[in-house]
Amino acid sequence: MPNEPKAPKVSEIAKDLAKSFDSSVVASWYSNIVGFLSGSRSFYVLLAITGLIVFVSSMAALNAINTGYRHTYNVTREIPWGILISTYVFFVVTSTGLCIVSSIGHVFGLKDFMPIAKRSVFLSVVTIFGGFIVLFFDVENPFRMALYNVISPNLTSNIWWMGTLYGAYMFFMAVEFVFLLIEKHKLAMYAGLSGLLSGIAAHSNLGAIFGMLHAREYWYGPYMPIYFILSAMASGCAAIIFFTWLGYKVNNERMDKPMERAMEVVGKLSTLLLAVLMFFTTWKIITGLVASPGKVEAIKALLTGPYALNFWLFEVLIGMAGPFVLLLYSRWKNLGMMFTASLLMITGIFVMRYDLVVIGQVVPSYHDLGVKESLHLLPYIPSFHEIMVVAGGFGVVATAFLIGEKIFSGHKSEIH
Amino acid sequence: MNMNKTDLETLKKDDIKTVSPIERREFLKIGLAISGIFAGGTILSVVSNMNKVFASPEEFSEKYPYKPHYSMVIRQDRCIDCELCMEACVITNNVPDYGYRTMILEKEVPDAIGQKKEFIPVLCNHCNNPPCVRACPTRATYKDKKNGIVMMEYGKCIGCKTCVVACPYNARYFNEEKHSIDKCNFCFDTRLSKGEKLTACAAACPAGVRIFGELSDVNSEVYKLIHQIAKPVWVLRPEIGAKPNIFYMKG
Repeated sequence: MPNEPKAPKVSEIAKDLAKSFDSSVVASWYSNIVGFLSGSRSFYVLLAITGLIVFVSSMAALNAINTGYRHTYNVTREIPWGILISTYVFFVVTSTGLCIVSSIGHVFGLKDFMPIAKRSVFLSVVTIFGGFIVLFFDVENPFRMALYNVISPNLTSNIWWMGTLYGAYMFFMAVEFVFLLIEKHKLAMYAGLSGLLSGIAAHSNLGAIFGMLHAREYWYGPYMPIYFILSAMASGCAAIIFFTWLGYKVNNERMDKPMERAMEVVGKLSTLLLAVLMFFTTWKIITGLVASPGKVEAIKALLTGPYALNFWLFEVLIGMAGPFVLLLYSRWKNLGMMFTASLLMITGIFVMRYDLVVIGQVVPSYHDLGVKESLHLLPYIPSFHEIMVVAGGFGVVATAFLIGEKIFSGHKSEIH
Repeated sequence: MNMNKTDLETLKKDDIKTVSPIERREFLKIGLAISGIFAGGTILSVVSNMNKVFASPEEFSEKYPYKPHYSMVIRQDRCIDCELCMEACVITNNVPDYGYRTMILEKEVPDAIGQKKEFIPVLCNHCNNPPCVRACPTRATYKDKKNGIVMMEYGKCIGCKTCVVACPYNARYFNEEKHSIDKCNFCFDTRLSKGEKLTACAAACPAGVRIFGELSDVNSEVYKLIHQIAKPVWVLRPEIGAKPNIFYMKG
């Protein structure tokens, strides 16, 4: 941790906050908004496209609510969690990863990681918000959730812990971003540390939602919470490279030396994490092949069954092996190549989340009984409405990213 | 054992001729039950049955955790798939056509000698250690403290469907009209609480497949069916460790 952190008094924080909102800060934000309005033409074209995606998909989502999810989504009694849950997981994995990787700099004081902090913290708030939007359109009674999570909590439920901790996480990350904006770095560090702790707790609980369902052999075990944290870091690195590169394109600027250095270390960390991810995946499969019949069936579905293309092409080639080679080949200097690698990683990880959620449910409950209803793997293909909600989630994240780049003028921050 | 050498020597030789056919048959039955070879080896041997089959081994035959401890024994081989139970359930509990609380699974064994098909009725197992109840974030589903029925408080359900995924027995579905997960509750609201002694499915079954009753009552039929070793009794998916209260047997 930088310096010797002294617990700041509440009154001091309040004073600092009040000071920060003086006219000069407001004026600089105002000039940023003006700057936003005078962005380049291609920026507005991009913004119009993402805005349109959000608009069209919200129409579809509202239509889904109106018609009823049973009629518009392809989830069933047997496979109640589909692409919306996997997309939610994808977004919060990315958010947690952005938080963890960026905390190496602004919480733990590693200088090389400092330049990415602001953008990462902003995007971690944006991605978790995107995730919650997708979840909002999956959960049947989201408003009841807010109420009964508070007045009727079940402390043995991982969902309860995940929801509560992610609520706290989103709050801390938003507070941290505000502190970073007004250059209150010590306060930002405390908020960042709180965000990091709640984020890791929340995210491992998300893994445990799957890992503690003992009726689902594919998921059950301590692997899930651990793997979720690991894959979050991989997702986070990919997202940092992806969005930083794009951010500089959007602002039409060249990276300075510290930023190039930050990209290099994040790139190296990505490569390491990809190696660990491949190691994890390998052992998950090898142990899964020597397991109870239900789990073996699920692993076979992934390796040679209906999900083989997802696995070999998207997860292995596009998600892990391809970017691993590209990153090595880029020597973490060739930014274009690193960007391609990060895009491949994000694509592959999205499919990883989909496979993880769906394959856990494709083996019927009564598989071992040998009854007619349970002889085959259960089918699931996302519906039009489900795909639109997913697109909406991506649209929201993309729109917020673009607006953020302009309003916060490239998330520049001085190194302290 | 207080049996000395002389005692053994004075014993008459136990020749096969001295054993009556009835004795032999009874002996063989116990042997088959113990080795658990019925139903293609899916049945547990009686040794481990003591632990696995009884809803609550530590309180086995003395007392069950609930009073009344509702339970159902399904005499599987009697089921003819007439589906009257399913129909009765739908009518009694207002179950929509896209869902079900109870179902009859069909098993085909083409290379079996004689009968090649059997039917296996399934429903919520009202587990003593229910995975769905642990998973629910808002305690919308809970195990009734008095009678052990796994119930729903419809108004609290947020529709996250975690309980649906958590259930090892595929016993839950989302009910659009109730805007909540719906499941079997042993007809508690529709029959038991109104003084009826049987669930709708048990009452409707013409073949005596579904024996419903109180497991903590030593005089009840379910108690008698379960607390014997001549015929094997088993539960579905015992490896999950949910301690279900739906028992299966044949004969």
